[in-house]
Amino acid sequence: MIPPFDWQRVVVAPWTDGLPTYGWVVLMGFLVALACGLIGNFLVLRRMALVGDAISHSILPGIAVAFLLSKSRGTIVMFSGALVAGLVTTVLIEFIHRRTRVKQDAAIGIVFSTLFAFGVLLISMFAGQVDLDADCVLYGELGLVGMEPYAMIGGVEIAPQPVLTMGIVCLLVVALIFFFYKELLVSSFDPALATSLGMRPGVVHHALMAALSVVVVGAFRAVGAILVIAMLILPGATAYLLVSRLPRMLLLSVIHAALSAVAGLHLGVWLDCSIGAAMVVAGAALFTLAWLRVLLGRRLVGSPPEPEGTSMIGG
Amino acid sequence: MMLLLFLLSVLPADAARISDVTETSALEQAVRFFTFRDPSLRLALAGSLLLGVSCGLLGAFLVVRRMALVGDTLSHAVLPGVALGFLWNMTKDPLAIFTGACVAGLLGTMVVGWITRTTKLKEDAALGLVLAVFFGAGLVLMGMIQRLPMASKSGLDKCLFGQAAALGGGDVKLMAVTTAATILLLSVFYKEFLVASFDVAFARTIGMPVRLLHGALMMLLAAAVVVALQAVGVMLVSAMLITPAATAYLLTDRMHRMLVLSALFGLCSGAMGAFFSFLGSNLPTGPCMVLAASALFAGAFLFAPRHGLVVRWWRRRSRNLQVARENTLKAIFHVIEAGGFSREGVALEELAARRRCTVDEAQREVLALVADRLATMDKARRVVHATPEGWRKAQAMVRNHRLWELYLTNRANFRADHVHDDAEEMEHLLDEETVRLLERRLDFPERDPHGREIPKVIGGGGGER
Repeated sequence: MIPPFDWQRVVVAPWTDGLPTYGWVVLMGFLVALACGLIGNFLVLRRMALVGDAISHSILPGIAVAFLLSKSRGTIVMFSGALVAGLVTTVLIEFIHRRTRVKQDAAIGIVFSTLFAFGVLLISMFAGQVDLDADCVLYGELGLVGMEPYAMIGGVEIAPQPVLTMGIVCLLVVALIFFFYKELLVSSFDPALATSLGMRPGVVHHALMAALSVVVVGAFRAVGAILVIAMLILPGATAYLLVSRLPRMLLLSVIHAALSAVAGLHLGVWLDCSIGAAMVVAGAALFTLAWLRVLLGRRLVGSPPEPEGTSMIGG
Repeated sequence: MMLLLFLLSVLPADAARISDVTETSALEQAVRFFTFRDPSLRLALAGSLLLGVSCGLLGAFLVVRRMALVGDTLSHAVLPGVALGFLWNMTKDPLAIFTGACVAGLLGTMVVGWITRTTKLKEDAALGLVLAVFFGAGLVLMGMIQRLPMASKSGLDKCLFGQAAALGGGDVKLMAVTTAATILLLSVFYKEFLVASFDVAFARTIGMPVRLLHGALMMLLAAAVVVALQAVGVMLVSAMLITPAATAYLLTDRMHRMLVLSALFGLCSGAMGAFFSFLGSNLPTGPCMVLAASALFAGAFLFAPRHGLVVRWWRRRSRNLQVARENTLKAIFHVIEAGGFSREGVALEELAARRRCTVDEAQREVLALVADRLATMDKARRVVHATPEGWRKAQAMVRNHRLWELYLTNRANFRADHVHDDAEEMEHLLDEETVRLLERRLDFPERDPHGREIPKVIGGGGGER
């Protein structure tokens, strides 16, 4: 059942004959993992990993409704639908959590499953009209990215449309982190201090959620709703195990994104399966390596794990 | 349960898809649904009901233990197990798939525990990580299965979004067995599960095997999730665990009632989901069930007798109205008292001056009193008279106010000029019994700290609630 490992086909071909197709695939994979990973660092630090889970599910109805209302599949339409859905999710979770005695974890579960169910139902009811199907929700279309129509700028073919979009999203995320680094850092570690410095952690929180929705909708079409969660958490979690300074953590998550994109490509080509899923498996292998290092390092040194909240501020 | 047993006993072994007949109208579909003519429909419905019960029961424990998202992780983590169970002997053997999925699910929850214990990652990150990675591995395996050149793999893809119509007799039997096992275990070890859920430290001190109980709960959970897969799908089975239980949590404080309610809500959502999925003839069952469960939750969220949003709003509103009425009555008393009780009518202007509002507002307040037969107005709508009932209430308010002021100054050593605001609130809350107690404690006083007389109330009438 497992195809034989053919060096020529698996390792060499994607970089030579297959480059026009696989080049875009690996670039797209890297961009998705990069944008998700950078935002994901903050989710891991703020203990909001499962809010990422919730948003990645609940943007589905946002996309479906936006499509049904506008009848267009334009990038702007998709992104605004997702943005609205993402913000509605966070507001609803907070509303249920504040107004009833239902705890936050249950509130997250209720909200995202409801919205996701609504989205799936919409898609199956208007299956003929919506250019999304259940498979796309799960697997994404990362492998097909090279066949998408190219975006034209000034009559020159630049890149396939999704790659270009994801590139722009990546630039936005990097710019966001660059310009609001201090705000993000302080409000992630010490919301009280952030408030006293006049930074309004509530605004930072909602801005982060908005950025998350935009990133997720870009990544969603590439790797599917569930694997987005892995893309969000894996780079940040791996980096978090290895270093304890935020800049290094961000750098490591970039490296993780690149490595898992390349390794995922080869794994996917070898096993002839969804490249998105293969990227996740590759990323998980990297995480396992980091985890082993933590386990072994502790055994060698014989010291307990670092105490919680080792200060990253001042780094 | 009797109905279910009956349904199960008449099930034929083989069954066609209920969605095969698509040319019928919604009404005919509904009639077909409620007459239970279709054997495959009976299977689908029995499966939905069974899964509603077992998920509802186990979900209640997840919700009170704040482990709701463990259910989510577990349900996604079973996917590679499903694929491996299929690969075991290349057929859709329910038992092999069940075993594989249970093992994968338990492994997933164990990895979560292991990550949180050995690293500085928090539980949320560990849950999300295991969820997505196991699911990714499952998708890789599923992708390989899809390319296998064989026919028996059909229906395996249904386990992502669920199609109750695809349930076979074997699946439903497995569901019945796990549901029965769940009910049996939970009722035999109810006390142990209860204590271990609410007070782990206490459970440990009295020598309960807490970890074993936790493991047993996870095992039951994995089994319930796995048998529910065919009907609701991996993606949404967690909602069937969380939502009915959270709905029950809004309605009661007692675990046994919560369990019953939660199972009931699960049952309802299962039935409604099966019905709507059948009505729409090709809709996936999972989302229909989840939306039904969410609708129940929304209902409880808004209209629960104690915690419901609308109910609480209504209660607050009627309390505010009550307070406003009582304040108007008190103002009437004050005006008449200032005149030395020499007359009975109060002009609206005097009332307005006393309440520090406009004459129109005063008139509106008085009209509210008239509607409740606490006061009357003359024909010109300028002069107000309290009815005997209204007068009693007014006296009671002033008495409560002054008694409380006296209590605060004499007993709690407040200064006399600091007690008014507190008394403004307390006067509406004191009931007859407390008033009697205050009077006894204060030795049946005649005058308040400001030297004004405390009125006697003939015939009761304290601040009603």
